[in-house]
Amino acid sequence: MTDTAFYLFAAIAIGASLLVIAQRNPIYSVLLLIASFGALSGLYVLLDAPFVAVIQIIVYAGAIMVLFLFVVMLLNAPHEDTDYDERVHPLLRPGPMKLGAALALGLAAELGWALSRGGDTGAFGDAKVDSVAAIGRSLFTDYAFPFEVTSILILVAMVGAVVLARREDPR
Amino acid sequence: MPFGITPELIAQITIIGVVFFALQISAAVLVYMERKVAAFVQQRYGPYLVGPRGALQPLADILKLIMKEELRPKSADTLLFYAAPVLSATAAFAAFAVVPFGADTTFFGLLDRPVHLAAADVNVGLLVIFAITSMGVYGIVLAGWASNSKYSLLGGLRSSAQMISYEISYGLSFAAVIMLAGSLSLREIVDHQAGYWFGFIPQWYLFIQPVGFFIFLTAGIAETNRAPFDFPEAEQELVAGYHTEYSSMSFAMFFLAEYINMVTVSAVATDLFLGGWHGPFLPESLGWIWFLIKVGALLFFYVWMRWTLPRYRYDQLMAFGWKVLLPLSVINLLVTAAGVLYFGA
Repeated sequence: MTDTAFYLFAAIAIGASLLVIAQRNPIYSVLLLIASFGALSGLYVLLDAPFVAVIQIIVYAGAIMVLFLFVVMLLNAPHEDTDYDERVHPLLRPGPMKLGAALALGLAAELGWALSRGGDTGAFGDAKVDSVAAIGRSLFTDYAFPFEVTSILILVAMVGAVVLARREDPR
Repeated sequence: MPFGITPELIAQITIIGVVFFALQISAAVLVYMERKVAAFVQQRYGPYLVGPRGALQPLADILKLIMKEELRPKSADTLLFYAAPVLSATAAFAAFAVVPFGADTTFFGLLDRPVHLAAADVNVGLLVIFAITSMGVYGIVLAGWASNSKYSLLGGLRSSAQMISYEISYGLSFAAVIMLAGSLSLREIVDHQAGYWFGFIPQWYLFIQPVGFFIFLTAGIAETNRAPFDFPEAEQELVAGYHTEYSSMSFAMFFLAEYINMVTVSAVATDLFLGGWHGPFLPESLGWIWFLIKVGALLFFYVWMRWTLPRYRYDQLMAFGWKVLLPLSVINLLVTAAGVLYFGA
């Protein structure tokens, strides 16, 4: 039962992620990404981490992707135009394409190396992270510094966005 | 019994079925109630022809909607145009799945072990409701985009902006209750509200969290796109907002979703602030009657608001959400946290 569910969610996550880049309508890309996040959340449930699963939905699928959709809809981005792109797009010139191929090969090699080292993936140890209380406690004790630093990082990004979006004073 | 079918399983399936049909019927009842209350507020009769006192009017409405022609704009995105109302309705139904509506029951001794009176008992139930509510936005946004019409698009965009803005205050009013109860499970939160102070004041969180209750109701009205915050479908400026291009059953599904969302918000408010199924006079096993009464009262309040308050202006709505409601809910959260630290939970 759990195995079946795992393969189902994994297949949806991978299939949806592939389709995100495989088809040309940006709105559908956003929706498929949401589907992928949903499948990931299902995987978290299988790992006995319901809190993380729900947060995944609230933060990523709910909040962040709504903003993505918002922007895509506001820009009303048309279907990607292949003929135009191939002639003009700077990333589709021979140089960048070779660089991209090299990077993809590097990534594949790294993945292979990581997978070949697999097997010694130990369990989490004694630290139980399944309950909300346990997650909260470890966030505010062991990981208090990274947690606060992350929040400051987000604050900086927010202030930056406000400054960039601010209308110039007409005076 | 074969295939691992136990009486508990049958009971659970029955509960799920009952919740599903009760939600559908509640939408019909709400339509009738809304029209009657509206008529009362405006000194009219309201529906009175179909059935006794017009009570069968919702059935006639449903029949009319089914018979209508299904129209689709030529340049609409076919798949998303039809998927959007389904998404809206699904999210509306799914959110209620984790709402408990009564104490654990054995159905008057029919079962050996008591079952929870909820379609699903999840220990992070409150967050699940929050997550599914945030999924409901997509139905409206996609409907607005897929219709390929300027009114729909503007309605959809307004709706997403509005729901994102009010979701924060909504979530923070949850958080204050979570701190008081020390649990994310709606059932445990309700059980914390059993009993009385001084023998007669029920220990509802409403009395500890009046500000939280106000924030929850206000944000809840905004989340469900009801008047006075019904901008996504502001008739005077947007024809009918995100569902301008919808007809027949697709339109009916948006309608259904709106009413079920109202029921869900009222039910969650009952569980969080009004003591759920706890009340005087009735035994614990009949607590769901109290639950229904409280939800009904809140729904009446909803309808009452709609026919009493005029619609805000859009910039007023945004200013209210970000400059009044959000600071208020942050202050409420801080005061609650200090109180929990000082007095103990």
